[in-house]
Amino acid sequence: MQFRKFFWILTGLVPVFFVFSAVSAQAQSFSASADPSSALSVPLADQMLPAKLNQLLAVPAASQPLVLQIGSHIMFQQAHIPGAQFVGPGSQPAALEALARAVSFTSKKRLIVLYCGCCPWGRCPNVAPAYRKLRELGYTNVKVLYLASNFGDDWVAKGYKTQNGN
Amino acid sequence: MATNVLSRKLSLLAACALLATMPAAPQAASILHRPAPNFTRTALDGSTVTLEAARGKVVLLNFWATWCAPCKVELPRFSVWQQQYAAQGFQVIAVSMDDDSAPVRTFLRRGSFTFPVLMGDAELGDLYGGILGFPVTVLIARDGTVAARFEGETNLAAMEKQIQSLLAAR
Repeated sequence: MQFRKFFWILTGLVPVFFVFSAVSAQAQSFSASADPSSALSVPLADQMLPAKLNQLLAVPAASQPLVLQIGSHIMFQQAHIPGAQFVGPGSQPAALEALARAVSFTSKKRLIVLYCGCCPWGRCPNVAPAYRKLRELGYTNVKVLYLASNFGDDWVAKGYKTQNGN
Repeated sequence: MATNVLSRKLSLLAACALLATMPAAPQAASILHRPAPNFTRTALDGSTVTLEAARGKVVLLNFWATWCAPCKVELPRFSVWQQQYAAQGFQVIAVSMDDDSAPVRTFLRRGSFTFPVLMGDAELGDLYGGILGFPVTVLIARDGTVAARFEGETNLAAMEKQIQSLLAAR
């Protein structure tokens, strides 16, 4: 009698377990992609540290990566990475179109480094949309410069070279 | 002779390249405890804003952008402070570093901001030590000197305490 009671309780728990697992999996998948516009959604493997980019810029220009600034033009005018091209804030549709034009003659395998540095990394709205756009266009070697606080603190104040103007 | 001219041209080119790649932005800390650089700009509501005109007041000069999430958290607080401390001589001036005024106007229509908002530029950014990240807030004391500079996501309670302290200093 007791065995039958235990059996029915167990049978009743099975669907509860499945429902719980499904909800939990959905919750996990949601948190992983909670904010696709946030820089936090850029895979770690596709992030590049400032010191690494600085090394890559120390070689002849022809071997350097294509560096694209996807933030504010006013910031770009004040200081930008030598040789970088201004594209525009990646969070804005017009800038994503400009991004597609900027890379249209570039090999899909060429190393492209995107950077913004407008805001702390987790709050930057510009890098993730630009990164995704290039991946969608088939560029396979896209990296995003990891600027923890902003361009001023993590590039300029570190003593890496800059240019100013347009 | 030709070698001499070529070498001179190369030296000139090298000097230009060196100048162009020197750190462009002055150190932000260099503006602290110095007279705040004066500026005059037309605000988005058409009024003329001159920092000099606010001499004798405590000024909160905020550099922001419409796509900067931490900036959007701060602006409504600044609006409250503007109303709360206006009688004590407090003035907020917000400088948008957006490249275009259209999104700024749209953003401003959504809130009721109680302070002038103007469009910034690289020159204004350079004057204030380089605005190479957002938000940046500069507190200017009644005597016109820069009392503090806050960068990035800031502890607003600490900022407000500093404002209160500056307002108390007559």
